[in-house]
Amino acid sequence: MAKFEYAPAPESRAIAHISESYGLFINGEFTPSKDGGAFKTISPATEEVLAEVAEASPADVDRAVAAARQAYDNIWSRMAAQERGKYLFRIARIIQERSRELAVLESLDNGKPIRESRDVDIPLVAAHFFYHAGWADKLEYAGYGPAPRPLGVAGQVIPWNFPMLMLAWKIAPALACGNTVVLKPAETTPLTALTFAEICQQADLPPGVVNIVTGAGETGRALVSHPGINKVAFTGSTEVGKEIARACATDPRKKLTLELGGKAANIVFEDAPVDQAVEGIVNGIFFNQGHVCCAGSRLLVQESVYDQVLASLQRRLTTLRLGDPLDKNTDVGAINSAAQLAKIRELSEIGEAEGAQRWSPPCELPVKGFWFPPTVFTGVSQAHRIAREEIFGPVLSVLTFRTPAEAVEKANNTPYGLSAGVWTDKGSRILWMASRLRAGVVWANTFNKFDPTSPFGGYKESGYGREGGRHGLEAYLDV
Amino acid sequence: MSAPVVAPLSTGSSLREFLHGLPGVDQVGAEARAAMLASRSIKTTAKQWALDMAISMIDLTTLEGQDTPGKIRALCAKARRPDPADPTAPQVAAVCVYPDLAHLAAAEVKGTGIHVASVATAFPSGRTSLPVKLADAEFAIEAGADEVDMVIDRGAFLAGNYQLVYDEIAAVRDVCGEKAHLKVILETGELVTLDNVRRASWLAMLAGADFIKTSTGKVSPAATLPVTLVMLEAVRDFRVTHGRQVGVKPAGGIRTAKDAVRYLVLVNETAGEDWLDPDWFRFGASSLLNDLLMQRTKLATGRYSGPDYFTLD
Repeated sequence: MAKFEYAPAPESRAIAHISESYGLFINGEFTPSKDGGAFKTISPATEEVLAEVAEASPADVDRAVAAARQAYDNIWSRMAAQERGKYLFRIARIIQERSRELAVLESLDNGKPIRESRDVDIPLVAAHFFYHAGWADKLEYAGYGPAPRPLGVAGQVIPWNFPMLMLAWKIAPALACGNTVVLKPAETTPLTALTFAEICQQADLPPGVVNIVTGAGETGRALVSHPGINKVAFTGSTEVGKEIARACATDPRKKLTLELGGKAANIVFEDAPVDQAVEGIVNGIFFNQGHVCCAGSRLLVQESVYDQVLASLQRRLTTLRLGDPLDKNTDVGAINSAAQLAKIRELSEIGEAEGAQRWSPPCELPVKGFWFPPTVFTGVSQAHRIAREEIFGPVLSVLTFRTPAEAVEKANNTPYGLSAGVWTDKGSRILWMASRLRAGVVWANTFNKFDPTSPFGGYKESGYGREGGRHGLEAYLDV
Repeated sequence: MSAPVVAPLSTGSSLREFLHGLPGVDQVGAEARAAMLASRSIKTTAKQWALDMAISMIDLTTLEGQDTPGKIRALCAKARRPDPADPTAPQVAAVCVYPDLAHLAAAEVKGTGIHVASVATAFPSGRTSLPVKLADAEFAIEAGADEVDMVIDRGAFLAGNYQLVYDEIAAVRDVCGEKAHLKVILETGELVTLDNVRRASWLAMLAGADFIKTSTGKVSPAATLPVTLVMLEAVRDFRVTHGRQVGVKPAGGIRTAKDAVRYLVLVNETAGEDWLDPDWFRFGASSLLNDLLMQRTKLATGRYSGPDYFTLD
């Protein structure tokens, strides 16, 4: 028994108002799906059913796109830019006011620790709306000409790893630029998007400007291939991204941005600030249970400090607290779904079978729900599948390198190119590395830091287009 | 972090090489880690444990020019029985006074297990000759102090004259011998950078410190969470490489129970639970004690009492 045993400190779930069932949010109102289809969303930490949610059929998607078109033609594209900005500011403020509720809801539905949803996700969501609210009446200064026009109706499909944050990344710039949207949240995490629909009502947003259609792959397919959509934005797996790119290729007028998978290298040089580098490694791969497209899933350590870094890392991992996502002291929450857990298990077993050494800190997993312990693989080579494929879970592959050139070579030797991390006390080396790494984001002496002013996006199979910052506006403007 | 095991460092240049070979500290990262640990939520039974542990780790301190024998006696009475209304409140670890009052304190706490700590070596500035510093320490020990809180020569440290700082600490270490524990005050507020804090921590440990202590309390900023984090990392790594456990004492500016609990979380998740013991972690504080007692009473009775229900020391 530990000397200093932290008593349970659960955030109250009473603050999250969950209805028994939710309809689709179309034209400012919740409506049932036409064919009455519905699915259940569960808490991955307990497998308890949280709510029943309508499943949008192609006919429902049709209705939603029509509502968005109406709103675009008659209201939103004609509205003075300052007025659009006011709505976004209002939404941002309501998100701040309801931040605790949204954080609890996110942790319940997604399984992520409340510390993350409270301190990272929801504050960033509000920041994205505030930032883009400011852009609404300043688009002529964004560098896209004197009067950049919106595109029309945006069809947006988002993943389950940061449900509310990905919604903000999609909806805030779209609305700021004058577009209307139909958004499909992931089937395992629809609750915060549906609460966002309530927030749109609360903010008196004109009906049809934001439409939320819940459902799985079929619904998403109907949305992105809908002829009434002018712009498709997708965040998710590379596999689905390719499928969407093919679907959109048949209509050359459709603008497309994709933010897909990653297999980021987190590179630790021998002169790195070791204690902070270890924190960065932990934050890079165990933040959000590794369900992060830009996760630092490949650790590249310079040979001369390998033993030291690995020992420090393993010691640090023994202090990670895994368990109830609503407990304020939890560091690692639940895996989002049974399917994802199966995938993580499968790839980890392949890692062992291919000869890598598997290690996890002593850690008790809850009996119910979907759980996977923080895991480190050493003795990994570039040829191993765990070094090449995106696991999207709390699994780190450790490799070594000898020279900076070798580090660059290994880091870039992947079909992906979303992010990278560099740890060194030498400023010139940071710049040298950053100019050679083929990744959309390069973090220096930090990892997984996000800001609405900073563009985010990938190279190669990590997708195309940027979200956030001035660059992110381009995706929603006719330029 | 781990450093190569080095033989006692005899020359200034090897000492310099060693200290500058320690991995750097990224200030942004260290501050972020300290802030994250400060957000831990310590409730109910955990809070109860932490409040009592914090009380038992206090070096109850008075270091004023206007200190009187009466004040020392009151301080010692409070150290023995912090809460007159509740005998279950633990006693503190030590009282900390100037050398000329150490004999009074020693007489007051005799037989209680409470230690007598005395500041020495021309506290707080350390600006005098080595013989005077040694005589100061000797005087404190003869007066009954069993813990000596010395200050380092910050001027020499910042000028890169590590050997001088090392030699002074080693000399005071000799004076202390078996009779007194040596706490080395780094005065981190004057060292400014976390790289300096790490180097000064290692320097003091190599020279024989039993404890490393953040501050005199006379310079602002005094103890902070990031500084204490770096010092806890240093003692943790020093034990791995040198096989000797060294204690840590943040001092100055820790006034609330909430702050104290945050420090205990920092200890627990950085150096580990071996340091969660008054032998290995101390708070240099005075007003902190009353806030801990108030929170303790609140936890036990469900009600807050006003400050008038707790004694001034």
